[in-house]
Amino acid sequence: MQAFTNHTGVGVPLRRSNVDTDQIIPAEYLKRVTRTGFEDGLFAAWRKDETFILNQQPYAAGSVLVAGPDFGTGSSREHAVWALMNYGFRVVISSRFADIFRGNSGKQGLLTAVASQDDIELIWKYLENEPGASVSVDLVSRTITAGDIVAAFDVDDYTRWRLLEGLDDIGLTLRHEPEITAYEGDRPAFKPVVSAA
Amino acid sequence: MGRTLAEKIWADHVVRSVEGEPDILYIDLHLIHEVTSPQAFDGLRLAGRPVRRPDLTLATEDHNVPTTPGPITDPVSLTQVETLRRNCAEFGVTIYPMGDAEQGIVHVVGPQLGLTQPGMTIVCGDSHTSTHGAFGALAFGIGTSEVEHVLATQTLPLKPFKTMAINVDGELGEGVTAKDIILAVIAKIGTGGGQGYVLEYRGAAIESLSMEARMTVCNMSIEAGARAGLIAPDQTTFDYLRGRDHAPTGADWEAAVAYWSTLHTDADAAFDEVVEIDATSLTPFVTWGTNPAQGAPLGASVPDPALMPDENEARAAEAALAYMGLTAGTPLREIAVDTVFVGSCTNGRIEDLRAAAAIINGRKVADGVRMLVVPGSARVRLQAEAEGLDAVFTAAGAEWRLPGCSMCLGMNPDQLTPGERSASTSNRNFEGRQGKGGRTHLVSPLVAAATAIRGTLSSPADLD
Repeated sequence: MQAFTNHTGVGVPLRRSNVDTDQIIPAEYLKRVTRTGFEDGLFAAWRKDETFILNQQPYAAGSVLVAGPDFGTGSSREHAVWALMNYGFRVVISSRFADIFRGNSGKQGLLTAVASQDDIELIWKYLENEPGASVSVDLVSRTITAGDIVAAFDVDDYTRWRLLEGLDDIGLTLRHEPEITAYEGDRPAFKPVVSAA
Repeated sequence: MGRTLAEKIWADHVVRSVEGEPDILYIDLHLIHEVTSPQAFDGLRLAGRPVRRPDLTLATEDHNVPTTPGPITDPVSLTQVETLRRNCAEFGVTIYPMGDAEQGIVHVVGPQLGLTQPGMTIVCGDSHTSTHGAFGALAFGIGTSEVEHVLATQTLPLKPFKTMAINVDGELGEGVTAKDIILAVIAKIGTGGGQGYVLEYRGAAIESLSMEARMTVCNMSIEAGARAGLIAPDQTTFDYLRGRDHAPTGADWEAAVAYWSTLHTDADAAFDEVVEIDATSLTPFVTWGTNPAQGAPLGASVPDPALMPDENEARAAEAALAYMGLTAGTPLREIAVDTVFVGSCTNGRIEDLRAAAAIINGRKVADGVRMLVVPGSARVRLQAEAEGLDAVFTAAGAEWRLPGCSMCLGMNPDQLTPGERSASTSNRNFEGRQGKGGRTHLVSPLVAAATAIRGTLSSPADLD
């Protein structure tokens, strides 16, 4: 996983709530068997509208997405995270993220920064008044800086540590392999198996 | 203090628990399908890791498969399905491919085989894994990185969820179903209301539901933002499981039932949140917007965004009405549909097909309306045919299809065209999910059937 300490890039104000993962990447784009090449599918339906924010310069070069509440709801597709990252986004800021999306982001190094809706409204106005302005996001101090706006954001301690270190979850868990084996030894006999081991 | 059902299941699966780190939780059953697994298997190959417990892993093909006879014609879909088959062969995972007697939607297959049992942890790279919570299992959707994690370790690092009780007390009225309960719950708490929670559905109305109806309720927990939803196992659960292929037998059955009988929330346990729903006040419920919380009783009208107090909510409603081509104030019953879809992991089981067939029987689908009936699995299809339900549907002018996810997400050819309006028993009415520009109203199987007959959103009570 890519480590994340801080990032500065063009901020994109996305004034929408309930941006579900079908909007982030429609199902027709989910058929690839790789983790790359999903940028074409990012917000595919909305990008057909020339007034959509990512079709406007200089927002098209954005890497910090500032969205309304309940971002990433719906389908568990990790392709949504791949699409955002393949396009170039490193940070999404929202007042509330869907659980699965937030988890998927944490595995890939996409920072989901939870800020207050009041701060997001201020950042939206700033980015709309100053198209192409940068937003800086610092994971060490958990702050977002956009012009004169300095806003705190939340991210859980464990995800923050993993992101800062760029650690692979599977490797971390396999350090505890003996404990998994011990647990398996104690599982009740009535638990079902799909096939003979 | 006592513990909730979810807390008990959690505690029974903790492999490792250390302050400041997520718990490592053991996973009893891992279901996989073609869309969210290829990159996970790729990751294993790159790292040289095996699947730790192929015997606790089951694959089925569902999202991409056509529901008309013949091979997959879309080459990209075919590649994805063939990749799954290759991965399963390479890593020793059991798979039920297209055409197999056990193939079907992953969340229909697990329960009907008896693989879904109380007290288990069940995961799948699909958000509707919450379905299995109907058995008193802790079941939730995961992303592809987590699929790889479970394949490699049979565990997941997780932080405990908060708990929310959804009390549905009283008796359901005639023609009011599990789907109406869950649509009303989602409308009440919103698409983010369950975020961070496991929902436990309780109360007389829930206890009176069949297992299949309970699955419909738990299935849509994710649409309220919850990772999982569950229902305490009881005699209904045990009766459903007894004798199924993978249900315990003999002394194991006795031991299992003894354990399962402990799986309920203690009287002195406290939930982090409690929501009350009066079952007697519920009526058939339908959605008017583009997320599952944008719903209303069928007897109501399309709401007016201008009257909504919350600015974000009003803006979202305005966008939804524009997309849906609806005007505030229009009675929902006057909305005409082009297509009716009966199927999906929400409502594609035998009881759903029976309910729809009972309404359809002896009637005709309205002129200009197309009705697709897609069984949730090959077994459901065979059972329905044995009962003559296929003949009921086809005599009415509906199409009887092969099992799969179908028009729930339109990864196969079953899609809506721009502007086409559907009444669907599926779970998501998101913009474009059933096809670009497609407009979907979520409904119960009873409402779907009555709508097919009348051509406008209707309940069976509206039929002559």
